[in-house]
Amino acid sequence: MKPRGAIQIAYLVLIYGFLYLPILVLIVYSFNDAKYSLEWRGVTWTWYRNLLDDPDLLQAALNSALIAALSATVATGIGALAAVALHRYEFFGKPLLQGLLFVLMMTPDIVMGIALLILFASLSLPLGFWTLLLAHVTFNIPFVVVTVLSRISGFDRHLLEAARDLGATEFQAVRHVVLPLLMPAVAAGWLLSFTLSMDDVMVSFFVTGPTFEILPLKIYSMARLGVTPEINALCTLMLGATLILILIAQLLLRERT
Amino acid sequence: MSEWVIELRNVSKAYAAHAVLRNVSLQVRAGEFLTLLGPSGCGKTTILRLLAGFEPADGGEIVIGGQDMRTLPPEQRQVNTVFQSYALFPHLTVFENVAFGPRVKGVKGAALRERVMDTLRMVKLEDFAGRKPGQLSGGQQQRVAIARAVVNQPRVLLLDEPLSALDYKLRKAMQLELKQLQRRLGITFIFVTHDQEEALSMSDRVAVMNAGRIEQFGTPRQIYEVPANLFVARFVGEINNLSGRVVAAAPPRYDIRLHDRVINLKSPYVFGVGDRVHVLVRPEDVRIWREHEGSAEERAVLFPAVVEAVVYKGSTVDLAIRLDSGDVLSTTQFFNEDDQALMNLDFREGERVFVDWVRDWETILPHEE
Repeated sequence: MKPRGAIQIAYLVLIYGFLYLPILVLIVYSFNDAKYSLEWRGVTWTWYRNLLDDPDLLQAALNSALIAALSATVATGIGALAAVALHRYEFFGKPLLQGLLFVLMMTPDIVMGIALLILFASLSLPLGFWTLLLAHVTFNIPFVVVTVLSRISGFDRHLLEAARDLGATEFQAVRHVVLPLLMPAVAAGWLLSFTLSMDDVMVSFFVTGPTFEILPLKIYSMARLGVTPEINALCTLMLGATLILILIAQLLLRERT
Repeated sequence: MSEWVIELRNVSKAYAAHAVLRNVSLQVRAGEFLTLLGPSGCGKTTILRLLAGFEPADGGEIVIGGQDMRTLPPEQRQVNTVFQSYALFPHLTVFENVAFGPRVKGVKGAALRERVMDTLRMVKLEDFAGRKPGQLSGGQQQRVAIARAVVNQPRVLLLDEPLSALDYKLRKAMQLELKQLQRRLGITFIFVTHDQEEALSMSDRVAVMNAGRIEQFGTPRQIYEVPANLFVARFVGEINNLSGRVVAAAPPRYDIRLHDRVINLKSPYVFGVGDRVHVLVRPEDVRIWREHEGSAEERAVLFPAVVEAVVYKGSTVDLAIRLDSGDVLSTTQFFNEDDQALMNLDFREGERVFVDWVRDWETILPHEE
């Protein structure tokens, strides 16, 4: 092998090593049959079984899924409509709104978390389910808008006119042309929102209360007492779920162009 | 019902402060192939959009089939559009694209199938019914767009530069097909293009547009042979423009001085002595005399000149000729079939010649700055 090729391969191995080795280690140790040791003692499903026997943990996972599904749904509704509006209409403050969406995406989570906390505190809203839901909807919206907007922008802008021209009312045109074309992007936006919401720690940390515990925060508090194999197992499950959702989202966006 | 299927009366339209149409009036006969011809931004596409109902006019009246269109949404108008970009529905098959119009009007089942397939057969796409638009070539997509529009049996078909995305050969073939289709269906076509050759070869009548106005409205022959003004003369085909001055007037004939020659020409316009005029001559009407041709008397009314460039075009030879007065004329010379050796067009650059043109085939227009 030529030396240049060897260097290239070494470089790639290093990069992928840095990126994925820690995750791989986590996955491997979630199957390690040892409670406190990093020493490898064979394969076991114990930690996964333990997870299922922990009612607190299951409740947290359920809460997380609930918040993720609800916030993704609300954000997708608002975000898709916003994308259509941004694409189709000229209105006062449109560039500002578009800019703000990107600001929202770029805002550090800690800033958003504290900002929302101050907002909820000043409105005297008790921290818990509702504040958490509002916060998650807020940070999900721009991702839906961007996903849907990028798809609409790729369309021939005369499609809606063509449908009207052929005798469809505005409602029929939206129903038979716009919606079917946007569906993949809408679904992808929903899945993206769901995963973002599912693994959010930072914003959630500030805006939820002791009455409503969600999975990432539960893991966080567990990990402070030391990383147990159960945490590894839990993280592996979350990683798997997230990967599957992202994969579906990507497939939806690629298909049917 | 009146003779007109479409009537525009003093229609105007502006985007923000920019006027796109200024008091445009236009009448279209039923079954006519009408072309709106003009450079981009002249307002020709806007007329289609107003007719289709995608945008409201700011002022004036639009009447289709005797019915005022002011408050009628696009879906209730008996017109259909073939878009420049085709605007086919990418998620639907060819069949479903064509079926879209009849379907929303309630046609179902076997009747729908028959109507769609008949239309697809007409545009020779019956074997492609199951494909998606993305799997078709540009020419095929074009046919789908046409089929999708005509399946609705509209009173008027609006075509917005439908051939501009096709290559030269395909465009020529589609021009012919469109024309045949129009004859067969008997539908009024309103065709928008910036290609003057396309406009002349396909249309019954042409409206030449510029800056939101109709500059001339007539048959292709009128437009080409009797241009109403300098814009039309220059936009439709190539034309040579010589500046002259009227030295004697006996309407309809005038003595016009062109540099050191005075020639007697005919014009429907009325000029006074001393008026400045444009004498416009098409390249194919220019005649070239070689040094040894013609008698001395004949030469007295010819313009002495020098051949500047010779461009062989296959069926013709194009020459650039510099008159001794300094004007450069472009000319198109056809091969003479009687000349077996094809010696009649073997011009050399730098050769001295004499030129004139077929008298009364010129156009004389009042001077424009």
